[in-house]
Amino acid sequence: MPSLRQVRLIGKPVVFTASLLPLAWLVAGAAGVGGVDLGVNPVETIQDTAGIWALRFLLLTLSMTPLRHATGQAWPLQFRRMLGLFAFTYAAVHFANYLALDRAFDFMEIIPDLTKRPFIMVGAAALLMLLPLAITSTAGWRRRLGPRWIALHRLVYPLTILVCWHFWWQVKKDVTEPLVYSLILASLLGLRMWRSRRKTGMLT
Amino acid sequence: MRQRHPDGITPSEITPEAVFHARRDVLRAAGFVGAAALLASARAGAEDIPTRYRRLPGLKKSPYSVKETPNSFEDITSYNNFYEFGLDKTDPAENAGRFRPKPWSVSIEGEAEVTGRFTLEDILKPHPLEERIYRFRCVEAWSMVIPWVGFPLGDLLKRFKPTSKAKYVAFETIVRPEEMPGQKGRTLDWPYIEGLTLAEAMNPLSLMVVGVYGVELPNQNGAPLRLIVPWKYGFKSIKSIVRIRFTDKQPRTTWSEAAPDEYGFYANVNPEVDHPRWSQATERRIGSAFLAPKQRTLPFNGYGAQVAALYKGLDLTRNY
Repeated sequence: MPSLRQVRLIGKPVVFTASLLPLAWLVAGAAGVGGVDLGVNPVETIQDTAGIWALRFLLLTLSMTPLRHATGQAWPLQFRRMLGLFAFTYAAVHFANYLALDRAFDFMEIIPDLTKRPFIMVGAAALLMLLPLAITSTAGWRRRLGPRWIALHRLVYPLTILVCWHFWWQVKKDVTEPLVYSLILASLLGLRMWRSRRKTGMLT
Repeated sequence: MRQRHPDGITPSEITPEAVFHARRDVLRAAGFVGAAALLASARAGAEDIPTRYRRLPGLKKSPYSVKETPNSFEDITSYNNFYEFGLDKTDPAENAGRFRPKPWSVSIEGEAEVTGRFTLEDILKPHPLEERIYRFRCVEAWSMVIPWVGFPLGDLLKRFKPTSKAKYVAFETIVRPEEMPGQKGRTLDWPYIEGLTLAEAMNPLSLMVVGVYGVELPNQNGAPLRLIVPWKYGFKSIKSIVRIRFTDKQPRTTWSEAAPDEYGFYANVNPEVDHPRWSQATERRIGSAFLAPKQRTLPFNGYGAQVAALYKGLDLTRNY
């Protein structure tokens, strides 16, 4: 079992650096350095890459508690906040890219998107739910909010469902990929429900 | 069970200072993407067309060409939809290498005096080739400017002497799952089928295409013979055609059957009729500067003067 010291000195920096790689790839591609090529439609590549990594980090975040239960070890929880903040980071890049590069801050386009297009509304709702979780992720906020912090952070479940829905809805034809992510989310949620049924009253 | 602090925080969950600061770096890095984008200029426009593509000599210039600067050969041949080769827009370029566009023949069927199977050479022989620089607008709200090589579809169709019962023309793409990996799945109901009214097909803008940028069509762009209907969304411009049928009834079309509420038979470019899930009012011109805003989409993709009369009296909101 890794000690706290090992997690802090090795595990966290390694996971942190690895988590930055997709972002580094996008930045290098956008700046045209390092031979990274974002393809013929770089705005779309940034949009899709940031979006899918936001979802992946959400699912990774949600895997940490089941991983703790499965291994009986505490270290997975050490990574939960970092992974959650990466989910937020990639979601923020996804949204900023949409606003700035895709829509060029043209509110004649953005407002109809947010009011008329359900898949964008669903994505925006998920981001609005993720924002307070990122803000209150610090130890100080956690202490200040007390038990309400846990209640607030349960938003991660509905918001990840919204993210899967957002992904599903924008696919033109083949839903295999969103289906795979939705099944992973369903199993993670299923595990949690099964466990909370089995051990009613136990804190997660 | 591990003892918990009253507020639910175990000591191990308190973030080390280094990670705390690193987290700020993550948020800063997110802001950096926008700055980096500013530095990236438009992609190189000059291109070397690989010599493996056969040149098509003696091309006429066409008065129907637009004045806009064409996209690069690389843009045109590495980013497109051709579900027969996969779902991603880079899949056709990656997966079309095994496709054999020669020998090729086309079956002419239906309400016409001359029908039967014709070799590609027979199909092409009487038609002088010309270059037509057309705008190309995908239903996914991106666009390019493409120097196609071809000849008017109407000139080809007239050779088969359609009868008075011929009101529509139906087209069909080849089915070769062993060469077209996308056809191994049931993403769409193969073969891909498309259709036009006879009047649309006879319009001088409708083009039978055999090349691009002065060379024969790369496999991923629909070799050896494809349609281009520049005032319609790209999916109407069917590729790798093996069958042309004159019909008296409106033919079925692949996308209007796959998602009838999203794609219609006409599929004319129309900024006023949105796709149910996204706006068609603007488009991203591929190859434009990174920070260039999207541009306004034109009715009939800017070809209204030539084609709007075809739709007189037709409610284009309902006949999308």
